[in-house]
Amino acid sequence: MATVEFTPITAQDTAQLLRFITCGSVDDGKSTLLGRLLYDAGMVPDDQLAALARDSRRLHAEAPEALDFSLLTDGLDAERQQGITIDVAYRYFHTPRRSFIVADCPGHEQYTRNMATGASNAELAVVLVDARKGLLPQTRRHTYICALMGIRQVVLAVNKMDLVDFREDIYAAIAHEYRELAVQLGITTVHGLPVVAPDGDNVGRRSARMPWYQGPCLLELLEAADTAATQAVDFRMPVQWVNRPDASFRGYAGTVCGGSIAVGSEIVVQPAMRRARIERIVTADGDLSKAVAGQAVTLTLDREIDVSRGDVIADALRPAPVADQFAAHVLWMGDEPLLPNRAYWLKVGSRTVNARISSIKHKVDVNTQAELAARRLELNEVGYCNIDLDHAIAFESYADNRTLGGFILIDRQTHATVGCGMLDFALRRAANVHWQHTDLDKEARSASKGQQARCLWFTGLSGAGKSTIANLVERRLHALGYHTYMLDGDNLRHGLNKDLGFTAEARVENVRRVAEVAHLMVDAGLIVLVCVISPFQDERRFARSLFDEGEFLEVFVDTTLEECERRDPKGLYRKARAGEIFNFTGIDSPYEAPEHAELHLLTAGRRAEQMAEQVVEQLLAGMESHQSR
Amino acid sequence: MGGDEMKVAVSARGTCAFCSVSPGAAVLRLSFSARFPTDDRPRPGRPGQGPVKQRMSSMSHLDALEAESIHIFRETAAAFGRPVMLYSIGKDSSVLLHLLRKAFYPAPPPMPLLHVDTTWKFREMIAFRDQVAAAGDVEVRVHINEEGVRQGISPLVHGSAVHTDVMKTAALKQALDKYGFDAAIGGARRDEEKSRAKERVFSFRNAQHRWDPKHQRPELWHTYNTQIHKGESVRVFPLSNWTELDVWHYIRRENIPVVPLYFAKPRPVVERDGALIMVDDERFVLREGEVVQLREVRFRTLGCYPLTGAVVSSADTLDKIIEEMAASRSSERQGRVIDHDASASMERKKQEGYF
Repeated sequence: MATVEFTPITAQDTAQLLRFITCGSVDDGKSTLLGRLLYDAGMVPDDQLAALARDSRRLHAEAPEALDFSLLTDGLDAERQQGITIDVAYRYFHTPRRSFIVADCPGHEQYTRNMATGASNAELAVVLVDARKGLLPQTRRHTYICALMGIRQVVLAVNKMDLVDFREDIYAAIAHEYRELAVQLGITTVHGLPVVAPDGDNVGRRSARMPWYQGPCLLELLEAADTAATQAVDFRMPVQWVNRPDASFRGYAGTVCGGSIAVGSEIVVQPAMRRARIERIVTADGDLSKAVAGQAVTLTLDREIDVSRGDVIADALRPAPVADQFAAHVLWMGDEPLLPNRAYWLKVGSRTVNARISSIKHKVDVNTQAELAARRLELNEVGYCNIDLDHAIAFESYADNRTLGGFILIDRQTHATVGCGMLDFALRRAANVHWQHTDLDKEARSASKGQQARCLWFTGLSGAGKSTIANLVERRLHALGYHTYMLDGDNLRHGLNKDLGFTAEARVENVRRVAEVAHLMVDAGLIVLVCVISPFQDERRFARSLFDEGEFLEVFVDTTLEECERRDPKGLYRKARAGEIFNFTGIDSPYEAPEHAELHLLTAGRRAEQMAEQVVEQLLAGMESHQSR
Repeated sequence: MGGDEMKVAVSARGTCAFCSVSPGAAVLRLSFSARFPTDDRPRPGRPGQGPVKQRMSSMSHLDALEAESIHIFRETAAAFGRPVMLYSIGKDSSVLLHLLRKAFYPAPPPMPLLHVDTTWKFREMIAFRDQVAAAGDVEVRVHINEEGVRQGISPLVHGSAVHTDVMKTAALKQALDKYGFDAAIGGARRDEEKSRAKERVFSFRNAQHRWDPKHQRPELWHTYNTQIHKGESVRVFPLSNWTELDVWHYIRRENIPVVPLYFAKPRPVVERDGALIMVDDERFVLREGEVVQLREVRFRTLGCYPLTGAVVSSADTLDKIIEEMAASRSSERQGRVIDHDASASMERKKQEGYF
C-alpha cells in the first residue's frame, strides 16, 4: 500500500527539512489530500488506520469500504462538531530524502490570520483547486497571502480530476490561468499537477488514469523543492541572551538569521553601531570557525562593548539599516480594530519597542488586491501603513530577511498578539530628521525657576470637576511662586485639535497631541496641568511613557455618572441622551477608569478646595526630597 | 482496544512476582554501532567538550530542530522571571535536559527542573532522576500532592482518570503556584496526539492554569509573544516540531542517557485490559486469574507503572529501537491507558490544566 519505502536508519540524521503549507477550502478536499499524503508516505500507523476504517464506516454508510482520509487530519473537538478546520495544525512526515513539517491552514473566509501564521515559516505552498470550479476568489486570496508572507514557490494541485473525466484541457486551462495570477502576485515558481486525492492519483505515485501528465507526483515535487530560496545573504544575529556565568566569560547568544560569520570577522552591534571582532563562536559541542544562518550559537568579542538583548550583531561591512519610521504591510489579527496613533508593542527579532501606526495609506482587499481608503483595520484586514517607533532599530526589508523584517504587534493591555507586519523600507523622514542637541536641558530650565517640572494629568468624565480642581491647584501653585501652565481639553479643541472629532480614532489622536504638548512644556521646566477626559487606559499609559519616573502624576477625578449627569454644566449629557450628539463618554462611548492613578479623588461630599489642597500637597511632597523652599 | 492489535509473542514465561528488576538500575550509556555510522562529529554524552569543527553550510533536519529548540529555551529564560523545566524522566525529558544544557553553555542552566511525582512511577525512573540530580549542575525539585497521598489516591483503586487528575494535574498546579513559576517548559510534541497538533510553542494559560483552544495567540515566524500579566503563565514546548523518530535519532546521535526501561529485557508483566502491565512493586494487586509472566518487553513511553503498557520487543539497543520503530505500525501513545478514556480526552485534560 505504502509507495515509499521505510527510511534507512542513517538518512534521518542528514535529511533536510522542508516546511510547507496547504491552502484550499474544505470543499476542495484539502484535508483529504493531506491525509492521503501522510498515508502514502507510510506515516499512518496500524492502530490509527483501524480507527480510520471504523470512523469511515460510521460516517459514510454509502461507501463503507472507502477510507475517508480527511479524518486523519481532523483536530479539536469543537472543529469536529463544526466539520471544519479552524486553526493552524502542524503535521510531520518524512521520506528517505526529506523531513517535512506541514502547516495545515484553513480555507474559511474569516481566518486569514491562520493562513498567515502557517505561511510565516513556510518555504512552499500547496494550493488546492477543485477541477470542476477552477480558480475562485479564495484561490487568489490564498496566493496573495502566501506572496505577502514571503513564499515564492507554489505547487498547484488541481483536485477531483475524476469528476471531470480526467480531461487534460480542463487541467491545462486552470494551470495556465493560475500561472498568470501567480506571476502578478510575485510567485516565482509554480508547479502544476492533476490529482485525485482520495484515490492517491499523483499524490504518492504517478497516476495511470492521466497518462497525459508526465511530471512528478506531489511527493516527488516536495522532495525536490528548493529549500535555500528564502535565505538571507548578509550576516545578522539578534542577541537573545547575554551569557555571563562569571567574570571570565561574556558571550552573546542568538540564532543566526542571515548569512554567515567567521572567527576574526569585524562586526557591528546595532543600532548603537559599536564595532568589534568575533573572538570565538561557542557551542556546547566545541567552538566553530564559522557560523551560518539557522545555527544557535554564542559569540564572544575581542573587546568589551555594551551589548544587550534586542541588539543585532551584523557584518561591519554590510550593516543593517537603522530607522524608527517605516512603511510596512500590517495584517490585523485582533478582535478590536487597529486604530492609528494608538500605542502597541512591536516585537521584531528579540527586540520589543513601543510603536504606533501613524497612518494607514490604504487597505488591501485580499480577494482582488484593490487598494481602498481606510481609517482603521478590522480583523483579517491587510493595510499598507506608516509605523513610528519610540526607538530606532536595526531592520531588514521582509523580502530580504524574514526575522528582521517580520514583526508582531502586541496589545499593551490584554497582551494579545493583535497583528503582524512585514517591513518594507525606512521612511526618509527618519533618516533626514535628526534630533538637534541643545545645551540647556530640562534640569537647567526648571532649576532657574526654582522647581521641578511635573505633569499633573486630570482624567475623569465630562462634568466630573477636572477643570475646577485644576484651576484651584494652579492658582495655589502660582501664589507659592511656581511656574505653571494649564492645558484644558475643551480649550485645545478650539485650536490645536480643532480638526478632531469624537470617534475613538480622534480621541486617541487628541490625547496623543495633548500629551506631546505637555511633554514639551515639562521639558521647558514647567508644572503642567492637563485636563482631558482621556477615557482610554492605553492613551494615558502612552502619555505616562513620555515622562521620566516620578514626573507624571495621574489624578483620577472620580465622580459618578449620575452626579455628572445631574450637574451637566454644559448641557451635553442632555443632548447625548436625546441622541443629538454621539460618542459621548459615559453614554455611548466607554470610560476606562484608571487602576494605578497617583491620586484618586472621590468627589462625593467633598469641596473642590479641599481636593485641590490634597493635590498640591502630594505634588510638593514629591519635590521635597530634592529641594526645600 | 489495543488487545487484538498487540502481537502477543511470548518469549519467556515465568510466574515469580518480583524478580529481575534491579532496584536503582544504573543509567545506561549507549555507544554507536559501527554498522550505522552517523556524521563525523564527535558527540560526547554531555555537552561541553569537543574540538573546533567545521560544519556543512546546509543544516540537517536534526540540526535545524536542535537550533530551534535552543532558540526557544533562550527566549524563555530571557523573557520570564521564574522559568522552570518540567522533568518527567522520560526520553523527551532527557532530550530537553540535553538541549537546556546546550542552550546556556558554558553557563549552568538558569532554571531548575521540577518533577511532579505521582508516587507511582517506575522505580527505575526515580533512580534515574536521582542520578540526574546528583550531577549537580542543575537543581531538581520534586513535588508530590500530599493531600492526594493522605487520601490514598491510587490508579489501581481509583482508576486512571482520578489518579491523573489528583496526582498529576492538580499536583502540577500546586507546584507552579507554590514556586510562582511563570513559564513551564515541557517536552510535549505536536505529533503525539491530534489535539496537540494545534498547540502553540508558547501556550498561554490564565491564572487558573486553563488552556483555551479558541483563543490562542497566533504564532508567527520564531517571534514569540512572551507578554503576560502577573498570575498568568505560559507553557513552553521546545520539542513541538520533533517527531518520536527524531527524538530517538537525536538520542543516538548525541549519546543521551535514557531510562533503561526503554530497552527490551525480561520483565514481570501481567495482561490486563489488553495491555501488558509491569509488576514494579508490592502495591500491585493481582486480580483473579491474572498471572505474572516474565516477558521480554520494553516501553515506548513512561508514566505511572500501572497505567503504562509495555510492548513485546527484543530491541535492546538504540539501533534496534530505531529499526523497530521504522517497521512499527502502531502509534506511540497506544500504550497509555489515560488516552483511551474517551475520544478527544487529551483535549479535555489540557483545558483543565493537564500538560
